[in-house]
Amino acid sequence: MLAEMITRLFERSLDDAAQAAAREGQWLPALWAEVEEMGLPLALLTEDQGGFGLSFAEAGEALRLLGSHAMPLPVAETMAANQLLAAAGLPLAEGPSGLARADDLTISNGRLSGTVARVAWGEQLDCLALAVGDKLYRVPRSGWSVAEAGTALNFHPRPSLALDWAIDAEAALPWCPLAGGATVRAYQIAGALEAALEMTLSHTATRVQFGKPLQKNQVVQHELAKLAGELACATAAADLAGEALARRDVLGVAAGSQRAREAAGAGASIATQMHGAIGFTREHRLHLYTTSLWTWRDEFGGQVSWAKLLGSAAIDAGGPGYWPMVTAL
Amino acid sequence: MTAIPFPAPPADSAEVIALRAEFRAFLDQQLASRTPRQRSDNWYGYDRGFSRAMGQAGYLGMTWPKQYGGHERSAFERAVIVEECLAAGAPVGAHWIADRQSGPSILKFGTEAQKQAFLPRIAAGELSFGIGMSEPDSGSDLAATRTKAVKDGDVYRVTGTKVWTSFAHEADYVILFCRTSGTPADRHMGTSQLLVDLKNTPGLTIKPIIDLAGQHHFNEMHFEDAIVPADMLLGEEGQGWDQVMSELAFERSGPERFLSSIELMVQLIEVLKGRDSDAAQITVGRVTARLAVLRRLSRSVAGMLQEHQNANLQAAIVKDVGALFEQALPEIARELIDAEADPRAAGAYASVLANIVHNSPSWSLRGGTREILRGIIARGLGTR
Repeated sequence: MLAEMITRLFERSLDDAAQAAAREGQWLPALWAEVEEMGLPLALLTEDQGGFGLSFAEAGEALRLLGSHAMPLPVAETMAANQLLAAAGLPLAEGPSGLARADDLTISNGRLSGTVARVAWGEQLDCLALAVGDKLYRVPRSGWSVAEAGTALNFHPRPSLALDWAIDAEAALPWCPLAGGATVRAYQIAGALEAALEMTLSHTATRVQFGKPLQKNQVVQHELAKLAGELACATAAADLAGEALARRDVLGVAAGSQRAREAAGAGASIATQMHGAIGFTREHRLHLYTTSLWTWRDEFGGQVSWAKLLGSAAIDAGGPGYWPMVTAL
Repeated sequence: MTAIPFPAPPADSAEVIALRAEFRAFLDQQLASRTPRQRSDNWYGYDRGFSRAMGQAGYLGMTWPKQYGGHERSAFERAVIVEECLAAGAPVGAHWIADRQSGPSILKFGTEAQKQAFLPRIAAGELSFGIGMSEPDSGSDLAATRTKAVKDGDVYRVTGTKVWTSFAHEADYVILFCRTSGTPADRHMGTSQLLVDLKNTPGLTIKPIIDLAGQHHFNEMHFEDAIVPADMLLGEEGQGWDQVMSELAFERSGPERFLSSIELMVQLIEVLKGRDSDAAQITVGRVTARLAVLRRLSRSVAGMLQEHQNANLQAAIVKDVGALFEQALPEIARELIDAEADPRAAGAYASVLANIVHNSPSWSLRGGTREILRGIIARGLGTR
């Protein structure tokens, strides 16, 4: 039901011109208004928190669709920010929101100041869910200016923000602040890989070389099978992270997030190779997905920090404790 | 969309959680004296005593009807038993094939007399099976099978050669895939399956095939006008192809497709403990993430089988990705620890690493080669 509404919205309002505008850093206000009207920013909230009480599967499907349409607005970020704000008992975002952690900020005389690095669409946000130490702050747009421009690999803006804000909304940090961001990125990666596989199947079915469609070649078929394997792993990884997030198990999020990040790189590489040179252009829509996969796999903590978190816990568990730890993920 | 569905496996029920705890205690007791090197044999450790203990405790034939000695538990409960055995390095070889594929095939296609004769003894851990599919000229191309069974009154006279049969020298029976009419040119047509008694079949000789590690797991089975009673036909004459494909589906989806080298991970962590670097933590984290996701995929397939959905495509993906994972572990370990592997070493790490390096090449061959599996996946994606 929700999935159909999202698909219809994107088919109606998210065309190649909108994607191109977003790559120039232009905000898409009409699309955001539609997204907000549909209630997507509240999709990860329980009914008590003001959400719709979507099932795990429904919310995951919505997030995958954001990936499979290469959504050029911070919808997933706002969903994750609202989930954290609601859990902390802070007011929800009233528009697009970001989610970040910054541990080297200064707090003095009730003011929070310093730099928050690379926040998606930072200039256009309504507020920022910002974790500092063991506190969560809800920083309104008036609390920052852009310190330095930044650009993601998919050419969406990632400015660094100069904060100077008189603290008026803070709460205890409910859990690892980047877990929600890492989880929504895992779902987006799974969605983008789904689109990339679809495009690769279509291209290799219609592109004829040496007198036959590319995909009649066994070597191409085997690459398609590997791409399907990466998609399967990314899909399961996102679900693993999503379930772990729901029970606030940061190691489960680490495992799911890490495997999805790995699939993003491997899958993008196969899809591009199977498209040949056209996959390397902006003429073909594949680049919307490959550039987004390369962006998302490095955000909300990179693969080094998430893998290290999981790996150090595994080594601490010891040889005999290793399998019980894996079955608990 | 062409997405390949991997439905979320249900959360562990209270029964499943209790079963896992109870079974871990059973394994701790059964395997107390098993060395790391022995544990690293994983699913090719063979111990009739352990299989009988499994049967007596009610851990075999988990999903089968009680009237045939089964326990009418769910596919997930069976999956718990299977993955815990593999993770602990239990010697499952004497019941592995029978519990995984021969028994389910007999349950699905067998006569009432066959079900009564075989299933309770398999569930008791007393009857050991091997696989009778590959031939010298018919490995991946199973439809080219030449072994011929000619009906002669109330027996079949069997002539031909089967290879790569693990534990044929130890086991009691194989399900033999053979041709009951026509020629290899007829491909899938005219093939059948026979239940063959390995200990009491005149005209059958079994010879070892020693693997590169010097171990005797594989065998060649040579049938020279061998006599098999006609009532040992499994299912219908001429329906062998569909039946053997169904048997292979049982073979391809389980956790043995990514847990074969798990003991190396256990020993690697023991070595790393207390001297781990950032690089070691990162690498172990990556491996653990891959393992957790493979386990979820495998559990998803178990859920599909429980719901009687066709999971052939999903099972092929799990086996393909799983074999890459378990084969990569020795290479990953070698990047973290300098150690010369030694198959006869007293030390745990060197001997386990040796056993894994020696055996890992076979993991992308058994149960369908990597190339065959990728063909199955590609067909499932609609490319041919």
